[in-house]
Amino acid sequence: MERESFLRDRLIPIGTVIVAIVAIWYVAVIFLNAPFERDTAARNGETITFAEIVPKTMAQERPVLPAPHQVAAELWDTTVNKAVTSKRSLVYHAWVTLSATLLGFAMGTVLGILLAIGIVHNRAMDRSLMPWVIASQTIPILAIAPMIIVVLNAIGLSGLLPKALISTYLSFFPVVVGMVKGLRSPEQIQLDLMHTYNASSAQTFWKLRWPSSMPYLFTSLKVAVAISLVGAIVGELPTGAVAGLGARLLAGSYYGQTVQIWAALFMAAGVAALLVVIVGLAHSAVLRRMGARA
Amino acid sequence: MTTKPIAMHPTDMQSLSERSIESTEMKSPAASSVVCATNLGLTFETTDGPVTALSDVNLTVEKGDFVSFIGPSGCGKTTFLRVIADLEKPTSGTITVNGMTPEQARHKRAYGYVFQAAALYPWRTIEKNIALPLEIMGYSAAEQKERVARTLDLVSLTGFGKKYPWQLSGGMQQRASIARALAFDADLLLMDEPFGALDEIVRDHLNEALLKLWAQTNKTICFVTHSIPEAVYLSTKIVVMSPRPGRVTDVIESTLPRERPLDIRETPEFLEIAHRVREGLRAGHSYDV
Ligand SMILES: Nc1ncnc2c1ncn2[C@@H]1O[C@H](COP(=O)(O)OP(=O)(O)OP(=O)(O)O)[C@@H](O)[C@H]1O
Ligand SMILES: [Mg+2]
Repeated sequence: MERESFLRDRLIPIGTVIVAIVAIWYVAVIFLNAPFERDTAARNGETITFAEIVPKTMAQERPVLPAPHQVAAELWDTTVNKAVTSKRSLVYHAWVTLSATLLGFAMGTVLGILLAIGIVHNRAMDRSLMPWVIASQTIPILAIAPMIIVVLNAIGLSGLLPKALISTYLSFFPVVVGMVKGLRSPEQIQLDLMHTYNASSAQTFWKLRWPSSMPYLFTSLKVAVAISLVGAIVGELPTGAVAGLGARLLAGSYYGQTVQIWAALFMAAGVAALLVVIVGLAHSAVLRRMGARA
Repeated sequence: MTTKPIAMHPTDMQSLSERSIESTEMKSPAASSVVCATNLGLTFETTDGPVTALSDVNLTVEKGDFVSFIGPSGCGKTTFLRVIADLEKPTSGTITVNGMTPEQARHKRAYGYVFQAAALYPWRTIEKNIALPLEIMGYSAAEQKERVARTLDLVSLTGFGKKYPWQLSGGMQQRASIARALAFDADLLLMDEPFGALDEIVRDHLNEALLKLWAQTNKTICFVTHSIPEAVYLSTKIVVMSPRPGRVTDVIESTLPRERPLDIRETPEFLEIAHRVREGLRAGHSYDV
């Protein structure tokens, strides 16, 4: 029963969508890569039939759009067939980006929570800080990232930390917004109860506001962890970093290595999905410990 | 009460007036009574204009009293309890709780409050909910355990301690919230329609249990209800209130003995008091019309 419904409710719909996407992708590969084959044939003074073009469009070295199996092969080759310490291993590059992501995510979470606590407990902070928090996100990250990297390089900071700071810059925002809402979510009657016990604000915080905010925190964290990864990748672009998924994307686009770009993109998507899943699991584990309905 | 010598500084008018209030309180019965309200009024400033929830309320509650507040919906019963509990500030008149201001009394944790809704924390088990005030007031782990077990038994919820609130019926949740208010040593118990959501049988049982508890512990209880029989059965004093602008229309001293079996409710004496309460409620209504 359980397995059957899992098959019917999850596997079949998701599988159908994947098959559809792959099919559309192959069609697009043929149409986008065909002009190159026609040009080559024309230059050599040959005529080429559609049936001859199709297999060629899927085996180009630098296709406009690589075929799914080319990307899959590249992914396989650069993850399984290379030592993880090798500069040509995608796992190595993913780890470089991931470490910056995790550091930035951790800093962003802590910063976001601290700001939210300040905003909730202090009227002046609520008025003065919130507009700045919102304004910070209206500046395009692509504009500010190079400046952060360059300025930090100038004072001798390079490598992990500048990238992590860009992740922090992006990820603290959803945490602040979510936590302010979460810390304010207790009902009046629940707060009144604390008042009748003459509870200190620290006690009210730890025994009421903090537990009440957990669902809001984890919802924010799911967004924050995904954009932390974006931040880390963006942070690798402006300096022409030598390692990381961003560096792979950049190098790929310099040399027209579209297969490499797509492999890096898929790796990034995979890492993001993994991170979101981990946060999701932590979310349900915490809610279960807090006695939520099964 | 500590009696401070009063030094007079005629130039300091404010301190003079404050002190003279304090000194009159010490002479008046206010100092010995648990709750003493004089000319108490409370007007809420709302966007639709002022709403008078209490006006000119004069009432004293003596130690060991069981006082019921009865009156139509919106007549200010909850508001009065909230003023005692320092959850609302009166806009006129004075009120003392154990001879102090409500705020001082709250700092001393002088009362337990049972809200109209159970207000259990959903992420805490029932026993953890009952232990909440104990944690905040710094009871030892052993004492917490002992008190939780005792109060669970008192409200007949033994065996449900490990359950979460959503696993209990509404009535059981309300009993858990009563247990939470009983867990610590407050001499004053403020109960806002604690049994409103319960069926007759459970209600009878809890009424009996509450009377027993009151007799055993010598607590002072302020109890809001909509039920005339409940008010008469439980109380030594029944406060009848009328709606808008929230006045006390009658205060009935019960002549029933403190020892009250359930079937006292069929005695003529009981019915006579119930009749007087009903008359009081009716008079309050005609005031409104
Ligand atoms: N926070 C508030 N702001 C504005 N008006 C209020 C507030 N609390 C209560 N009131 C008003 O004060 C009046 C008395 O309310 P209260 O809750 O004390 O009534 P009650 O006697 O407890 O009624 P019920 O039996 O329905 O619980 C009502 O008219 C209500 O609308
Ligand atoms: Mg009420």
